[in-house]
Amino acid sequence: MSPVVRATGVRMAYGDVQVLNGVDFEVAAGEVSCVIGPSGSGKSTFLRCVNGLEPVLGGSLRVLGEEVGHSLRGGRYQPWSPKEYAAFRKNIGMVFQRFNLFAHHSAMENVACGPVHVLGTPKDEANTRAMELLDRVGLADHAHKRPHQLSGGQQQRVAIARALAMNPALMLFDEPTSALDPELVDEVLEVMRDLAADGMTMVVVTHEIAFAREVGDRLTFFADGVVVEQGHPAELLANPANERTRAFLSSVRGPGG
Amino acid sequence: MRTEPIADPSGALVPVARTRHWGRVLSAVAALAIFGWLVFLIVVNPRLDWGAVATYLFNERILAGVWVTIELSVLATVLGLVLGVLVAVMRLAHNPVLSGLATFYIWFFRGTPVLVQLIFWYNLAFLFPALVIKIPFTSIGLMWDTNQVMTGFTAAMLGLGLNLAAYFAETVRAGIQAVDHGQTEAAYALGMTPAKRMRVIVLPQALRIIIPPTGNEFISMLKTTSLVYVVAGHDLMTNASQIYKSNNMIMELLIVASLWYLLLTTVATFLQGRLERRFGSDAVRLVRRGGVAAKVLPKVPA
Repeated sequence: MSPVVRATGVRMAYGDVQVLNGVDFEVAAGEVSCVIGPSGSGKSTFLRCVNGLEPVLGGSLRVLGEEVGHSLRGGRYQPWSPKEYAAFRKNIGMVFQRFNLFAHHSAMENVACGPVHVLGTPKDEANTRAMELLDRVGLADHAHKRPHQLSGGQQQRVAIARALAMNPALMLFDEPTSALDPELVDEVLEVMRDLAADGMTMVVVTHEIAFAREVGDRLTFFADGVVVEQGHPAELLANPANERTRAFLSSVRGPGG
Repeated sequence: MRTEPIADPSGALVPVARTRHWGRVLSAVAALAIFGWLVFLIVVNPRLDWGAVATYLFNERILAGVWVTIELSVLATVLGLVLGVLVAVMRLAHNPVLSGLATFYIWFFRGTPVLVQLIFWYNLAFLFPALVIKIPFTSIGLMWDTNQVMTGFTAAMLGLGLNLAAYFAETVRAGIQAVDHGQTEAAYALGMTPAKRMRVIVLPQALRIIIPPTGNEFISMLKTTSLVYVVAGHDLMTNASQIYKSNNMIMELLIVASLWYLLLTTVATFLQGRLERRFGSDAVRLVRRGGVAAKVLPKVPA
């Protein structure tokens, strides 16, 4: 079976600043792939490339069987139209660091929004499904609340439900717990554990080393826009081969961690 | 301010003295004196016929003018708001032709006086004696006499509406740009096209920022309509001026017109206050409380 994500030599730059310098990366179906690395290493940018929020400027990035941003037609790669981008993103869920819930919608409307406006699901059906998903993330009682009435952890769980409502083949998490108060981190990780156990294909950019060790099938260490090291989480965390990985891990864990 | 007595160290209750605001008293006296003197000068002025003011206040033509002013203000504001949103969205479009057109529109209509625009529309017949809508290279279509279509009223509505649109477009643009970019990214991530993102996610949130200033625009429009008297729009100011041109009671009719304008803007200010309270706070919804969720879910006590 071909991988869900296959990046070969992916390059990306903001103006003159090179952010990705040839990323090689693969995710197989059903795999939970965690990505760690210092800030500015390009891990979030890479994740945003995967669903086309940032353009790939070099190399090849194939996601769900498509070359992101271009389609081969008449012997040439034609750049995607906004419609093609939209159609591609339907199948990929994304969870942001800052939740980005729609501020003018209740929790339930947030979850039902994608199916109603993108897939054309009838409202009643979408609402019923939204309630099921909110129940799954433990927020059925908060369905009528608006984002500003919810805690950060609750907002992020709604955001996960919102992404799941599209029945995505791949879920991307961009530092989903980094903006949360420490005591709210676990409730979000719990939902993600549940998803992983369900067999969802996930790419998780995170600083939660414990989560990566426990739930991840693969762990990738990014630095300076390239993949420095990857492997099975437990092995990589126990015996990092690269000096930079070791330095990063010790700084994250603190002395004696 | 405290009025309850304070117990001194020996335990006796000592009353608290009242603060005297001498500055306030002094300015009140001065204002009363000056303002009272001015009112006195006008009220007792033998050359001013207050009886005429009272009769003309409810004169048939004045009342008809008030009605036209209200109609014109509402229609021109609606035209301005709708067109303003369109121009703002065009201005922010990635398509350089659309955004260029919008920039040109704003530049042109903000750069020429409303008065000039009003007179221009009114005299459109000089340039185009007939307005024709037809299929090119055939004779199938519709034709109107420009002078019949471009009455004072339509010229006024077009001139004021198109002009407001140019100003309002900038308000809308600011409102759209104030919506957090994360909302756009989340909409894209769900698979929305740029147009759908604008309609479903961004504009509804921008409304909260855009709506309060519309009250201001409307109040301003109520008074700007008085310019219409140059194209004989039959509004309040036109009718008042036509009356004073025939009987020479200029001051009396200006007072009549002013009283009506004050009444209209007072009502509009009251409505604007309500509008701002409704939309000014982030906590309110544009839709009724709870929206769909409130209908689907049983009421849970908070």
